[in-house]
Amino acid sequence: MSTNTYDAIVIGSGISGGWAAKELTKNGLKTIMLERGRDIVHVKDYVNANKAPWEFPHRGGRTVQMEKDYPVLKRDYPLNETNLDYWVNEKESPYVEIKRFDWFRGYHVGGRSLMWGRQSYRWHDVNFEENAKQGIGVDWPIRYKDLEPWYTYVEGFAGISGNRDHVEILPDGNFMPPMEMNCVEKDVAARMNAYYKDHDRHMIIGRTANITKPLPGRTNCQYRNKCWLGCPFGAYFSTQSSTLPAAVATGNLTVRPWSIVTKILYDKDTKKAKGVEVLDAQNNKTYEYYAKIIFLNASTLNSAWVLMNSATDIWPDGLGSSSGELGHNLMDHHLGVGAGGTVEGYEDKYYFGRRANGIYIPRYRNLHNEKRDYIRGFGYQGGAGREEWGRAIPEMAIGGAFKDALSEPGEWTMGIGGFGETLPYHENRCYLDKNVKDHWGLPVLAIDATCKDNELKMRIDMANDAKEMLENAGVKNVQTFNSEPVLGRGIHEMGTARMGRDPKTSVLNEWNQVWDAKNVFVTDGACMASAACQNPSLTYMALTARAANHAFEELKKGNV
Amino acid sequence: MNRREAIGRVALIMGGTLIGAEYLLSGCKPHTSANSVSELFDQDHEAFLNEVADTILPDTPSSPGAKAAGVGPFMAVMVRDCYETPDQDVFLKGIGKIDEAAQKKFSKGFMDLDATQKTALLTDLDKEAKEYAKTQKPKQPNHYFRMMKELTLLGYFTSEVGCTKALRYVPVPGRFDGCIPYKKGDKAWALS
Repeated sequence: MSTNTYDAIVIGSGISGGWAAKELTKNGLKTIMLERGRDIVHVKDYVNANKAPWEFPHRGGRTVQMEKDYPVLKRDYPLNETNLDYWVNEKESPYVEIKRFDWFRGYHVGGRSLMWGRQSYRWHDVNFEENAKQGIGVDWPIRYKDLEPWYTYVEGFAGISGNRDHVEILPDGNFMPPMEMNCVEKDVAARMNAYYKDHDRHMIIGRTANITKPLPGRTNCQYRNKCWLGCPFGAYFSTQSSTLPAAVATGNLTVRPWSIVTKILYDKDTKKAKGVEVLDAQNNKTYEYYAKIIFLNASTLNSAWVLMNSATDIWPDGLGSSSGELGHNLMDHHLGVGAGGTVEGYEDKYYFGRRANGIYIPRYRNLHNEKRDYIRGFGYQGGAGREEWGRAIPEMAIGGAFKDALSEPGEWTMGIGGFGETLPYHENRCYLDKNVKDHWGLPVLAIDATCKDNELKMRIDMANDAKEMLENAGVKNVQTFNSEPVLGRGIHEMGTARMGRDPKTSVLNEWNQVWDAKNVFVTDGACMASAACQNPSLTYMALTARAANHAFEELKKGNV
Repeated sequence: MNRREAIGRVALIMGGTLIGAEYLLSGCKPHTSANSVSELFDQDHEAFLNEVADTILPDTPSSPGAKAAGVGPFMAVMVRDCYETPDQDVFLKGIGKIDEAAQKKFSKGFMDLDATQKTALLTDLDKEAKEYAKTQKPKQPNHYFRMMKELTLLGYFTSEVGCTKALRYVPVPGRFDGCIPYKKGDKAWALS
């Protein structure tokens, strides 16, 4: 056996790659995990995690130079001084925007599992069935019952805190104790739930991948709200805190950073992939690795890139391109729309600790036979808190009384922002642009995707409903916001290699296997046939665990 | 900042007045060619800015003032690294304008004024800056005094002095309590 031969290869080390590695190694498969960027060692490499605000020269803000170096990242909140090293070097790794698409990437061990928002919600059968019922895209080849045991399994291992709210559209899970709402959230939720009790609208505490009880090797959340710097307590789920140590503990895992997978090597005789070609990002040399099973978890757009760049004379448009759907049906969640206002009568109340979680309002539109002028729906995230020192005090100018007033908390405010479902449009796509090369001379992706009529109509409800619900729950001075909808900004890219029931219209089968090469599994966001409106990572975890265990069973039977 | 906070802040910014939030969300909008603070500011400037800052946020029985928090040098770093050239110009000229205003009102340079005079002068400028903001066009730069005041607040309340003396700083809360009593005068929690 050559030193470059393994039982399984995992391409990518983010949320889904970490899960693939954990499940494959647990089953005894010798596995190599290939990561295109640098290593980040748990705790040791979280270099800013214990710094005080004043230890950052610009107090966490952004400089001219940062804005110059990160022309994409600067478009939204992620560009900041405190975790700049976790975001991709945009000069080395450009992409082409046919239309504006905000692509926020992390090229390192752990990928975006280090910086993710951690909100974790199950899907419901409604989400799996709507494509078929409405004739949109293709039917999901699975239903909730196929994923339910895997949701339970990954929730238990990853550690998801949440309340069992019995909201039908948002199935309860295998939760750790929930985080607490603050006094205003509790009362606003109670008033909202009462007002809308016949309309099935609910405000619940967010379900988040922050643990509220210890797990092996991990300490429960300390309420610092510095998650995206990397957590020295291992209190939120990341590859580093959770799946990677489990995979390493089996003795079956090899991690190779600086490994850009340039193509999957297809063997015409066996009609399977035999391995991958790797470009070492540091020495620019090419290596080959071989395995019986390949898990592609490079993130939605980069997994499509790997497949497209794996062209052969059989499939000049790439491995998995026979349906014509590879790279198409790119989705995200559209956001930046909602409302906020002030809450009176709680001046004698405050809170202790910085809860890295908020409230959630699950989807309620277009359910129970309701028909709006758009299809699908949206959920809201938000929260209440007291204003801080940055607030205006119109009646004060400068001086000691001004300083002392700002040293006290201000008014209570409450805001909610929508996360809307985006439909899978064939024409929303990415493709290889061979005229533009990255730092390593590889062709880059061109991205051509936009929100359409259905999303734009939905946003009107997202703004108006937010205002109406907050007002009906007693929030005052409510104002709406509705920013320009931009895809990518949700950082929930999905759909470029969708699952389906028919190889003519989909890239993957019901087990996430590439129809054209059954030992290649794609289990990141690329596999999604629709987007729903829930934050998607928990579903990627469940799909990955399910596919990895299926892969192992098939391998035992000699089927892959 | 996490996603929930970003959402909350967008909601709050609609009032258009949240200096800290505005800063955190959109950052300072910049272009500069200066490589060191000394190319833009000399030590006199920093001392001057310290005085301005300390007049905006002076010592009180409750907590030390902005000078003790080193806000003058902080402002210089921020203007160098985070301001566009036109904004740098406005800011630098603002230092001269404060002196001119002091001469006009008290026939003395700003640094030679007593505390009461400094407060009176900067109170006038704060009013002027607020009036200016009312008619400010989108592309027009901010008033220099608004810049100084924003940087003073940011510099002070994120400094060690500000976080630990003017606010309550708890690096590792260890728990979350969603509802505790608050009485007027209790200090706010410092940001993480």
